[in-house]
Amino acid sequence: MMVAFLVRRLALALFTMWAVSVLSFIIIQLPPGDYVTSYIAAQSASGSMVSAEEAANLRALYGLDQPGYVQYTRWIIQVLQGKFGQSMEWGRPVSEVIGDRLALTMVVSIGALFFTWVLALPIGIYSAVRQYSAGDYIVTFIGFIGLAVPGFMIALLVLYFGFKYFNLNIGGLFSPEYAQGAWTPGRVWDLMKHLPTPALILGLSGMAQGIRIMRANLLDELRKPYVMTARARGLHPVRVILKYPVRVALNPFASTIGYTLPYIVSGSIIVSLVLSLPTVGPVLLKALIAQDMFLAGTIVLLLGCLTVLGTLLSDVILVLIDPRIRLEGK
Amino acid sequence: MATGPAPAPGVTETVAPRPRTRAGDVEERLSVATQWQLMWWRFRKHRLAVIGGIVVILFYVGVILADFLAYADPDMSDANRQYIPPQTINWTIDGSFAPHVYYLRGDRDPKTFKRVYVEDPKIKIPLVFFGTGYKYRLLGLIETDRHLIGIGQPILAPGANLVQQQATGAALAAQLGLRQAGLPGAAPAAPAAPAQIKLTPETTLFLLGTDQQGRDMWSRLMIASRISLTIGLVGVALSLVLGVVFGSISGFYGGAIDSLIQRVIEVLRSVPTIPLWMGLAASIPREWSVEQVYFVITLIISMIGWTDLARVVRGRFLALREEDFVTAADLIGCSRPRIIFVHMVPLVLSHIIAATSLALPSMIVSETSLSFLGLGMRPPAISWGVLLQQAQNVQSVALSPWLLYPAVPVIIVILAFNFLGDGLRDAADPYGV
Repeated sequence: MMVAFLVRRLALALFTMWAVSVLSFIIIQLPPGDYVTSYIAAQSASGSMVSAEEAANLRALYGLDQPGYVQYTRWIIQVLQGKFGQSMEWGRPVSEVIGDRLALTMVVSIGALFFTWVLALPIGIYSAVRQYSAGDYIVTFIGFIGLAVPGFMIALLVLYFGFKYFNLNIGGLFSPEYAQGAWTPGRVWDLMKHLPTPALILGLSGMAQGIRIMRANLLDELRKPYVMTARARGLHPVRVILKYPVRVALNPFASTIGYTLPYIVSGSIIVSLVLSLPTVGPVLLKALIAQDMFLAGTIVLLLGCLTVLGTLLSDVILVLIDPRIRLEGK
Repeated sequence: MATGPAPAPGVTETVAPRPRTRAGDVEERLSVATQWQLMWWRFRKHRLAVIGGIVVILFYVGVILADFLAYADPDMSDANRQYIPPQTINWTIDGSFAPHVYYLRGDRDPKTFKRVYVEDPKIKIPLVFFGTGYKYRLLGLIETDRHLIGIGQPILAPGANLVQQQATGAALAAQLGLRQAGLPGAAPAAPAAPAQIKLTPETTLFLLGTDQQGRDMWSRLMIASRISLTIGLVGVALSLVLGVVFGSISGFYGGAIDSLIQRVIEVLRSVPTIPLWMGLAASIPREWSVEQVYFVITLIISMIGWTDLARVVRGRFLALREEDFVTAADLIGCSRPRIIFVHMVPLVLSHIIAATSLALPSMIVSETSLSFLGLGMRPPAISWGVLLQQAQNVQSVALSPWLLYPAVPVIIVILAFNFLGDGLRDAADPYGV
């Protein structure tokens, strides 16, 4: 049972990653011209000429004269060996350009996921138990804003008000003195201090959704006779709620988490731009605008694959914790 | 049943009819109401949803009348009018109702070289309804220059005239030692009567301020609603087709086709979409026209929305598939597509409508996000996302906060759509209260 689930889940993840790789390859191929055309353009910009013969040789070297699927196979074999190609824009290997930034993207996204969970659960429970109280209305209102307003707009507003009223520069993930350099404990601590704002902004919409789901499910449970029975028998109110209905209501809440991570990673791209976070977001945008396609395609590929892996991991952990989810999927 | 028992034989018609109770009345109406009536009644009870619906309708009326609601040519740029803050409207003159704004004089600050604007309380510019402005075609047909708001004849206090401003401008320029070539009209125009100077809304009215190129924000907001709100509609129409076709096939046939489509949906949902769409959008050639870009962006964002719709439709189809009328249709020899699109889709229609109104806001956000990044619609096209691009830089926002105004209609319309969609979804649910 468990093994079958894992195998099925793993197969789907592999299939997804393959689909992502094809899409990334299409993105790399989409702009007019190919690697050699842009190489020639770069060379002639710096003054040296590339002859037609040389260009043809280069094309043969990179296999650009082959049909699409051959090129894809060559590319994916390179990628699997960890060779992502050269970034035109930066003149360095792609892996060097994005290594740190990719890690930071994941740190920010996981931070956001953490906030989503840690805040949505208690708030959802609170607003179900105290239905129609002032707190419930406030939470519902914030929830609607979180659902409706895109993260980058919230980031813009937070940035503006922080700047205007507190003269704070909220952007960035590091203080200037830690912006570059090795991972010392001081730098990690500095990152921790900067993380909450972007993580909260990114997590807000997921949190709003989580609160709504938790509230609705818990309200359904609270009306059931067994809750009344437990109350009538004099169980402590906190125990009544936390021990039984919350555990039942947790189930649909938990099964939505799989789709939260892709959403957060997506949002992090734009929010990073607004808050100038050193994640892959700004690099991706620059690469796309400059048509630095190996860089852009690799970012899309790695981001997609990491997200799929993260989702797979969280699914497996959830199944280990709560076997009901597995049965639910049947 | 609310109808009374049939009169017993022998009882004459003279018996007074039983007074109809209110409760019985309601019950009778409920029992004969069509599904759509029931939905409408349930929907009406949802106060927020009704308000949301009204707001949405107002916004789309605004789209149709965008040129009429604007008062200044949205493309009229002038470096001398950059970053004008929103004007305050004064509502009365001498105690009587006469909305007006003060004439603005702009100059360069001699120290910072930033443009500063000073109100001249001696020159009042009255606001009038149905004033004249730039020419446009109302509904694309009727050529007119009437706009909802316009300006009337300026009211000059004694001793003030419009010409004086140019003279002081010239004097100041002379003081600074800047010989401005652009002021030839200053001296010859001086003797002319002030009334002869033609003021236009473009040069006097800045209700929401101006942007970096001196274009009026209010008018641009109005025009921008056209692209921002219609791109969602077209996108949702496309994703509706995709969603209904794939969802219904998936739910109707089941089996291998179902699991294939479900896997594709799962793949699409487990991948961070924005980087993918960014990649696709970035490959739109720079030289394409606004219409071509609009079309491609619509295609891209409709690919985001269809999975949710397909899931809703599939769920309903799975439930309907076992119904007797489907078997009956099958037995009398209806073709599969006919069963799906003639017999089953109409039953799912209410759910589709609800899901559509929930999908629309995410389309609008997608367009705004892409344009905000500079990958979606791009100037000279005007959309809310394009307008927000100017707010990317926190320094310029801190100096000119009105650049953030385009966020306001986006937020309002998304909230309205969400409330409307929630209400519709509840109303479409036959088991709802």
